[in-house]
Amino acid sequence: MSFLDFITANWRELIMLTREHIVIVMLSTAFAVALGLPLGVLLTRVRSLQVPVLGFANVMQTVPSLALFGLLIPLPFIGGIGARTAVIALALYALLPVIRNTVTGILGIDPKIREAAVAMGMTDSERLRLVELPLAAPVILTGIRVAVVISVGVATVAAAVGAGGLGTYIFRGLRQNDNNLLIAGAVASALLALLFDLALGQIERSFAIAERAQRNRRRIIGVGIVGALSAFAVIGGFGGFQSVVSRSGELPATRERIVVGSKDFTESIILAEILAQMLEGEGFAVERQFELGGNLPHDSLLANAIDVYPEYTGTAFTAILKRDPITDPEAVYRETAEAYEKDFGLVLSPPLGFANDFAILIRGDVAREQSLRTISDAVPVSRGWQAGFGQDFMSRADGYSGFARAYGFAFARQPREMDLSLTYRALAAGELDIIAGNSTDGLISALDLFQLADDRRFFPPYEAVFVARKEKAEVLRPAFERLRNAISTKEMRKMNLEVDGNKRQPREVAAEWLRVN
Amino acid sequence: MHSSALAGTPFKIQDPFNKGKIVAEYGVANAQIELTEKDDKIIEFRSVGFAVEGFRILAGIDLAVTRGETLVLLGESGCGKTTTLKLINRLIEPTEGEVLVNGRSTLAVDAVELRRGIGYVLQEGGLFPHMTAAENVGLPLRLAGRDRASIESRVAEMLELVDLEPERFAARFPHELSGGQRQRLGVARALVADPDLLLLDEPFGALDALTRAALQQEFARIVRELGKTAVFVTHDLHEAMLLGSRIALMEKGRIVFLGTPKDFAASTLPLARAYLETVEL
Repeated sequence: MSFLDFITANWRELIMLTREHIVIVMLSTAFAVALGLPLGVLLTRVRSLQVPVLGFANVMQTVPSLALFGLLIPLPFIGGIGARTAVIALALYALLPVIRNTVTGILGIDPKIREAAVAMGMTDSERLRLVELPLAAPVILTGIRVAVVISVGVATVAAAVGAGGLGTYIFRGLRQNDNNLLIAGAVASALLALLFDLALGQIERSFAIAERAQRNRRRIIGVGIVGALSAFAVIGGFGGFQSVVSRSGELPATRERIVVGSKDFTESIILAEILAQMLEGEGFAVERQFELGGNLPHDSLLANAIDVYPEYTGTAFTAILKRDPITDPEAVYRETAEAYEKDFGLVLSPPLGFANDFAILIRGDVAREQSLRTISDAVPVSRGWQAGFGQDFMSRADGYSGFARAYGFAFARQPREMDLSLTYRALAAGELDIIAGNSTDGLISALDLFQLADDRRFFPPYEAVFVARKEKAEVLRPAFERLRNAISTKEMRKMNLEVDGNKRQPREVAAEWLRVN
Repeated sequence: MHSSALAGTPFKIQDPFNKGKIVAEYGVANAQIELTEKDDKIIEFRSVGFAVEGFRILAGIDLAVTRGETLVLLGESGCGKTTTLKLINRLIEPTEGEVLVNGRSTLAVDAVELRRGIGYVLQEGGLFPHMTAAENVGLPLRLAGRDRASIESRVAEMLELVDLEPERFAARFPHELSGGQRQRLGVARALVADPDLLLLDEPFGALDALTRAALQQEFARIVRELGKTAVFVTHDLHEAMLLGSRIALMEKGRIVFLGTPKDFAASTLPLARAYLETVEL
């Protein structure tokens, strides 16, 4: 599909995501200014507070964005998933430039001017209003401008906590190996950043004393752009928004509401969509909180922000329960189910019928030329290979370190740690020679990749299941029973390929599966 | 108090190496000042000391300023003259003794009220760069809650007084004015609310010699016409002699000489002689 075709087909969604993005950025900036400006002024009055407050704001900004989102999820009132968490996280990021520039702007005023103001008999608030804030305005506005531009960028990451916005396209594009999505998301957010930068730059310069002649023109341009962006974002209400108001509950209150979550990759979304459509068929009001990054779905479950999501026994066993990997699928399922019930009060559904194991992948032509079938076959020829793995694989017990030890891999070069979805493209492009993917991934056949057999049975089994909160276990039981052993590995791989390779919507693919099963 | 009747008597300084040659003539500018009520003290320092973190900046300052006079605080950088000035409008507070303005301790009255009754001029005028000339001058009136029309007419009057035509200068910003014009504006602003007392901290220090001379003359005229009391800080003897009805010479946080310019010229104090030699070239 050409980019133009893509835009023609998806412009409604693109506009909605852009509007979400603008709302998230503007709300978070408004919070940051409402909190940061008075705080900054306070710091110029009570200087002893400068070190602790600026220190806190500094630390907030150094916390990686995804980590900050993760830390916020379990918190009451401000936490959870969705746009609210994103707005709070972004406001925390934006706080530092606002506070710091308010302090710098006010303290940077010539002491003689402050002295003149005091000596004239101004009260503290008169001095602030008539002298300090007007003179510090350009510096403060620079801080706000920096905050907004940072927010536009960080807000793309917020898609990982289900906040919506243009990051949704970027994540989806990476996952589905789809440049159209990537370009649309990236270009739209870059344009937003440029527009905000231009607008606030104009407003900022309108306060510069040496440029008074152009003051009104600059204000009109600056305020005009910001006004146009906000009008664009809110005209027609928030009705179409996936996440900003999704928790306001437009759904009829009479039906029981179930929040279905998913991880941020295609298979998880398809499985969640299948369950969601089944539940809708049974008459439940279903809210979708899809595409949650990392272990956020688990945290969200514990925080009661979602009710159920698809998980893998191996992941639950090693990454969440932190047990040492074992290879017997039944033992893994049984021990996981017991520990989940006891430790978290969570319930496991019966296995769905397929496992999404780690798949050690190489290019198909390499496998054919060198007749490589198993992982052990690859060890002797792999010294010069460049390996590349997702963050997940690099960090977990059943990941890289254990794997390399078990098979005796000794790569000459350090493996690259990168985004999982990017490793597929890098392998196909010849940038990498060996990666660890997922055995059900549709891209394996689409990109002509070859899965080496785990001949030493190193990897624990990753059987697909649903994890649900105990309170919802009863109402979910019929659906869970219907899905017991219902999806084969082959079917799953095919559905993944439909989405990743053929660019179809998970919603359609799930509906199709439901029609024939 | 030293005979203040002498304050305005003109006198001349002769060149010590060339008898009969007059190198400077002082006391002309303030010749008209008549100190009628000798005991009308507008400012009084009573054994005032000031220290910051144990470091003594002022010690044992006893000083009275009579209504209508121009007292010059003269001294080198760091001698405490600006500190003395700032004690008057309570920009700083004494750590020993007390400062009285209009008979009341500065600590006993509201600082904001105190300051509104005192005009203050700094070097470069201390003007607000984001306000026009008219806005700068009118600000004290705005703070006092005066209505717009009366502010406008008063500002125009003050601009005329300091020789800045309102039509040409009212709408200009400080950066669009020369140093001398800015200083005139500073004086206009200090006078706009008609305070009895003016404090000036080296107001003409940053100006070129010709502009400075013109402003000194004009300042003397204005003070004379309006009958204001002024405390004027400078390190320039010529300026002190020209403008002061009395000179307080300061050294290391103390007043080492207090008297009329004429007495100053006759002083045998080494520091006073050193100053006089800078004029008697």
